[in-house]
Amino acid sequence: MSHKVLIADDEPNILISLEFLMKREGHQVFVARDGNEALEAIRRERPDLVLLDVMMPGKTGFDVCQAVRADESFAGMKIVLLTAKGRDTDVAKGTALGADAYLTKPFSTKDLAARVRELLGGGA
Amino acid sequence: MKVDARELAAALAPGAVLALWAAGGAGVFALTLEPAERAALGAMLEPRAALLVLGWLLLSGALGALARQAYLRWVAAPARLAEDAKVLVGTDAQREIEPAGSAENRALAEAINQLARQRAALRGDIDAKVREASREIEQERSRLAALMSELTQSVVVCNLDGRILLYNNRARLQFRALSQAPSLADGAELIGLGRSIYAVFDRQLVAHALQSVQQRLQRGAASPSAQFVTSTRGGQLLRVQMAPVRAIAAAAGAAEGADEVALNGFVLMLDNITRDFADESLRDQLLHGLTEGSRASLGNLQAAVEMLDYEDLDAPTRERFLGVVRDEVQAMSRRIQDLARHTTQTQKTRWPLEDMLGADLAAAAVQRIGALGSCRASAGEVDAALWLKVDSYSLLQALTYLAARLVDEYEIRLIRLRLAAAPGGRAHLDLIWVGQAMSTETVMTWETDPIRVGDESTALTVRDVVDRHDGEFWFERERVRHEAFFRFLLPLASGHEQLEAEMFVRHESRPEYYDFDLFQATEPTRELADRPLAELSFTVFDTETTGLNPSDGDEILQIGATRIVNGKLRRQENFERLVDPQRPIPEASIPIHGITPEMVAGQPTIREVLPAFHRFAQDTVLVAHNAAFDMRFLQLKEAATGVAFDQPVLDTLLLSALVHPAQSSHRLEEIAARFGVEVLGRHTALGDAMVTAEVFLKMIPLLADKGIHTLAQAREAAQQTYYARIRY
Repeated sequence: MSHKVLIADDEPNILISLEFLMKREGHQVFVARDGNEALEAIRRERPDLVLLDVMMPGKTGFDVCQAVRADESFAGMKIVLLTAKGRDTDVAKGTALGADAYLTKPFSTKDLAARVRELLGGGA
Repeated sequence: MKVDARELAAALAPGAVLALWAAGGAGVFALTLEPAERAALGAMLEPRAALLVLGWLLLSGALGALARQAYLRWVAAPARLAEDAKVLVGTDAQREIEPAGSAENRALAEAINQLARQRAALRGDIDAKVREASREIEQERSRLAALMSELTQSVVVCNLDGRILLYNNRARLQFRALSQAPSLADGAELIGLGRSIYAVFDRQLVAHALQSVQQRLQRGAASPSAQFVTSTRGGQLLRVQMAPVRAIAAAAGAAEGADEVALNGFVLMLDNITRDFADESLRDQLLHGLTEGSRASLGNLQAAVEMLDYEDLDAPTRERFLGVVRDEVQAMSRRIQDLARHTTQTQKTRWPLEDMLGADLAAAAVQRIGALGSCRASAGEVDAALWLKVDSYSLLQALTYLAARLVDEYEIRLIRLRLAAAPGGRAHLDLIWVGQAMSTETVMTWETDPIRVGDESTALTVRDVVDRHDGEFWFERERVRHEAFFRFLLPLASGHEQLEAEMFVRHESRPEYYDFDLFQATEPTRELADRPLAELSFTVFDTETTGLNPSDGDEILQIGATRIVNGKLRRQENFERLVDPQRPIPEASIPIHGITPEMVAGQPTIREVLPAFHRFAQDTVLVAHNAAFDMRFLQLKEAATGVAFDQPVLDTLLLSALVHPAQSSHRLEEIAARFGVEVLGRHTALGDAMVTAEVFLKMIPLLADKGIHTLAQAREAAQQTYYARIRY
């Protein structure tokens, strides 16, 4: 079944791959290149899952995640944080702010795809 | 000769008593007689009256002489003895009492003499002990000062008011770096005996650290010290460790379980961590860039590569992923290159290297090689100005090892050392010999064999030693001269450290950077004016000027100053600056002050120098010879520089007129000659300031003799002198 997936990352080099990957998985994909764009897209498209980069200009992934979780109407939206920050304190923060998964770059696309499938399957 | 009234009385008393007795006896006798008998007796005595008087005279003369003797023996002699004894008690006179009078009196005199001798011996004993004790204290103090001055850590000791009692050379250099006008005042406006440490550190910060030290002391902590990091006004980061100086009485009390531990000061050990901190942050930044930056790149790469694994990709999509791979590989290469460039600059000195004068290293190597026995070594061409950054122990081992192998395997008998600067902040250290050349392969094995020196074998190789220095090592031949040499490429010490090191060696006499008497000093509660002159801190200064009339455009050329703290001249704490007068220097004045236009070209102007001098002179009384003259120059610059010298001023010219009113000249040279002060470097501002300071110190006791003890008294009395009434 098809889901709406939003990918928010300021690096085009990862966007290309993730977009391709998610489309291959059969999802309807939207992209955003910074935090503010991501929030707009979330409000507009109400995706089922968001792949959020933590380090983005404008609003960070943490900010976006927090804003989404503060809004009841987005309940059930899955959030996967993607980050180059590997410190365990960052993982703790991401989890505390309500992310469903936290992947540290570099990660295997197979793992990512599996996590996404798992999250969307469980939420559906 | 004075007649002793009591002696006279004693001599006359027997005659008087005899006369009274005779007269009284005759009277009573006469009353018992009938008138006829009285007349008959009278008729009988009258012709013999002369005989009777003569008898009385003889008798009273003899008795009088006896009575006088008795008086002298039993009354006068003890009285004199008592007087002599009183003199002995009241004075320190080393004299004996002449025994006189009776045997008892003589014995008494002898006993008193013995007591006096005993007293003298005891006194001598105590004096000797006091002298011994003060010599020991002085020795301990100078030992401490010696220790402090050699320490490579900055140490400052303060009393509880934050006044500096001791500082070492390192601290002086460090404060120099903290100074906001380092080129002008050299930090001497910040550090100096008696100066307040709060000019550098926030009072609250120090109070807080003191409090935690006190708490730790009360808990009985083993090392009751506190640490804080602070940034100074100049933006430097200092790590400060504070240790208590306990009051001696309290230390004894604490042993008996007293819970209040009294401090009477504190020791601060300072570390300037600005550079460490900057290095650390840079390292952090690089590490951060490496991990996070690489993570992102690797993430992009991995994703792209994994996408390429899908076999059903069309050509344009495949090309897009390949583009990502190329792009990211380039980005990572750039990052690694940047990192490598930085790390060679910052990380290379991981092995603790010390600054060492190259000539010292060469001399040590010559000695070590000479000690091998069968070979002579010499340090021929050594650049004596080079400071190396080396691990001297392992480097000397490597040099000795190489020399030993040359001796053993090639029978080399003469080895020369050469040290020269090389490009890129490095130096060449060469081990040169004449003779048979060896193959490069041989050298390679020498480089990587473990170093053996005598029977001692180490795990190190020459290569390891070279790596420690981030240096290089190779073998070269000079065919023309039949010479061959091993060359070490070694790092030079950085300029900053070289400078410091030079400053360390340059001091020939150990400067006095301590005065423990200041421990007693507490914040003055009395007004400055009422404090004794001997207790005050003075800035003694002099200026050289283009001429005599500041109002006609004459300007200051030089300011020199020194400090007097706690009654002692502090030669090391001085201030000397040339000033660009921004006007021509009159030709006629040059022989007087010796300052030429070339000397002041490029020097700071009075706008920069005067504020620096103002800070140097803060919290002190100004002293100058003919101060009115110098003060007019300073005051005319108040508007332009924004600093006002509103502290009290003393004038040695006026004070001289006060202590030597009969002298006709009060010129500085004359006064100096009068006081026996040696004049060196007269007519430089600092030289004159030093002479003025010495003269001033000699005047203080003379002023005290005239009843002038306090600053207020000195100023008032000076105003009364003849010279004060002449307007300049």
